[in-house]
Amino acid sequence: MAAAAEQKSIGLRVFSSTFVIFWLILAAFPFVWTLWGSFKVELDFFSIADWTNALTGARTEVVYGSPFTGTGYEGAWVKEEFWKAVLNTAIVCFFVVCTSLTIGTLGGYALSRSGFRYTFWLLIIALMFRALPPITLVSGYLLPFFEWNVWGILPTTIIVLVAINQPFTLWMLHSFFQKIPKDLDESAMVDGCTRFQAFRHVIIPVMWPGVITTGLFSFLLAYNDFAVTTMLLAKENQTMVPKIASFLGTTQTEGNVMFAVASVVSATAPLFVLVMFFQRQIVSGLTAGAVKG
Amino acid sequence: MLLFIAFPIVSVVTQSLHTAHDQVIVEVENCGPFGCEKEVTVDQEATRKIREDQPLGKWAGLSVYLDRGHLAFQEVAESWKTRDSLSGFFSAITNLPFYRAMSFTLTFVVVVTPMTIILGFMIAVAVNALNQKLKGFVIFFSLLPMIVTPLIGSLILFWMIDSRGILGNGLQWIFDDPNLSLKASTGLTWIMLMVYGIWHAAPFAFVVFYAGLQTLPQDTLESAMIDGATRWQRIRYVIIPHIMPLVTFVALIQLMDNFRVFEPIVGFSAEAHATSLSWIIFNDLGGETRLLSSAAATSVLTVIGVGILLSPVLVRTWRDFKVKV
Repeated sequence: MAAAAEQKSIGLRVFSSTFVIFWLILAAFPFVWTLWGSFKVELDFFSIADWTNALTGARTEVVYGSPFTGTGYEGAWVKEEFWKAVLNTAIVCFFVVCTSLTIGTLGGYALSRSGFRYTFWLLIIALMFRALPPITLVSGYLLPFFEWNVWGILPTTIIVLVAINQPFTLWMLHSFFQKIPKDLDESAMVDGCTRFQAFRHVIIPVMWPGVITTGLFSFLLAYNDFAVTTMLLAKENQTMVPKIASFLGTTQTEGNVMFAVASVVSATAPLFVLVMFFQRQIVSGLTAGAVKG
Repeated sequence: MLLFIAFPIVSVVTQSLHTAHDQVIVEVENCGPFGCEKEVTVDQEATRKIREDQPLGKWAGLSVYLDRGHLAFQEVAESWKTRDSLSGFFSAITNLPFYRAMSFTLTFVVVVTPMTIILGFMIAVAVNALNQKLKGFVIFFSLLPMIVTPLIGSLILFWMIDSRGILGNGLQWIFDDPNLSLKASTGLTWIMLMVYGIWHAAPFAFVVFYAGLQTLPQDTLESAMIDGATRWQRIRYVIIPHIMPLVTFVALIQLMDNFRVFEPIVGFSAEAHATSLSWIIFNDLGGETRLLSSAAATSVLTVIGVGILLSPVLVRTWRDFKVKV
């Protein structure tokens, strides 16, 4: 019977397959196109004469003798010092993820085991923070940061990103800890563990799936952020995303749009890898909030 | 943690009530060979001193909120009095920066949210019918538009729809108009931004609905079939009611995300045609003169907007919570 429910007419099957293929093209084509184009010269990437130039790289071949060239990458990474931005992004992401996970695990565990009804307020704060554009908060941070002379450096940005991220992390980990049965740490405590030992030896080994998922989302937040990092970082300390945005300001005259294209591709590559390896965690994290309603 | 949340909000509110100091002006008498003349100059020293003493600026009350850059009551009242038609009034209002941004933001929210939900649902139903091996592959590519940094995603599309890029070129060819440029007209820019918004957000709706479809009770579906429901009727009366809570959830998240639309505007360099509240703040904060108080006022207005947007949800959550206790 279940098989019969799945049966479809040919027309419907063709329609649904076409639709999926259409969506796949819509989702993937821009990335493929930009990746392909990033190895070309600007005249090919933006081809006025003939759009097939972008595929065959006719102009690129004239200039460099081969249809592919790494000049865009070389210009971005070496000349424009994109590697510095990459390094900064790595530092920011690493510390944001570590800090928010440390606070999040300890806080989330404490909240899920305490008898008080924090849950509602936690949810509300997480919700509010999800809704507020980060830039509204940035405008509040700016003046004090100028006054204290801590504007433009990485630690400040890390702290702000952690603060923006924290309610969400706390909320997510809290619900993960709630899923771990209370009996588990209670039996450990009956066996003579202190509360902290119970956390250390019983909870930590079973909490990894939740922590990884939450960590992924804090990583994405730190990696993708534009508003906070542009506003709070001095030019020397910029991370990848504001760096790319700053390429755009100077590109039109220099003809080095290709620098921006190359660095966009470089910045997207880690995300590709991330999705490839953690697809299941991302999906489960996205739906975790939904299933609970 | 609470400190980090409360502190910027308090700071924003205080800043929004202040405005930059006026320059201290002194009258100096310059005596030259042709007699003395009085000159008005700015006392740089004193100006700097007063600015350092009180970095917040002078107290301005609500005046920043009411000036031309924000609520602009005066200008609104003016154009209401001098209106010849209702549409004339609206076009006068949408020339004011705040209302201009508001009109784009609201249109964006109203158009993108339902479109995202519909597209996401269609993809989810179509993907659900695929066989197991293909599913993982399709989901991988479907996640990409959402995971990619918004600014980067919009840049990628921006380069493609450039009149020299492949899509822009293609559109010119389709409409047979070599001067067609998506960037030049306001209407087309809005459409472009909204298409980007849908492209960016559809995967999220898709993933949530897809997960919902996995939990669909097969028995109900089968009994509906036995009762003679057609495929469409099954979707309409079994599947849609089942995932209705998820629709609410996606709609809520999308409302919040679309309300703070910001990166696409920077990525598409569309600020000439479309601005959003977040963009106004960004614009005030950046540049040579950091208009802190103006940005702060817009921030407060945004927070109020978010509050209005979320209030039905908050009330409902509060009620649910009270029932539970």
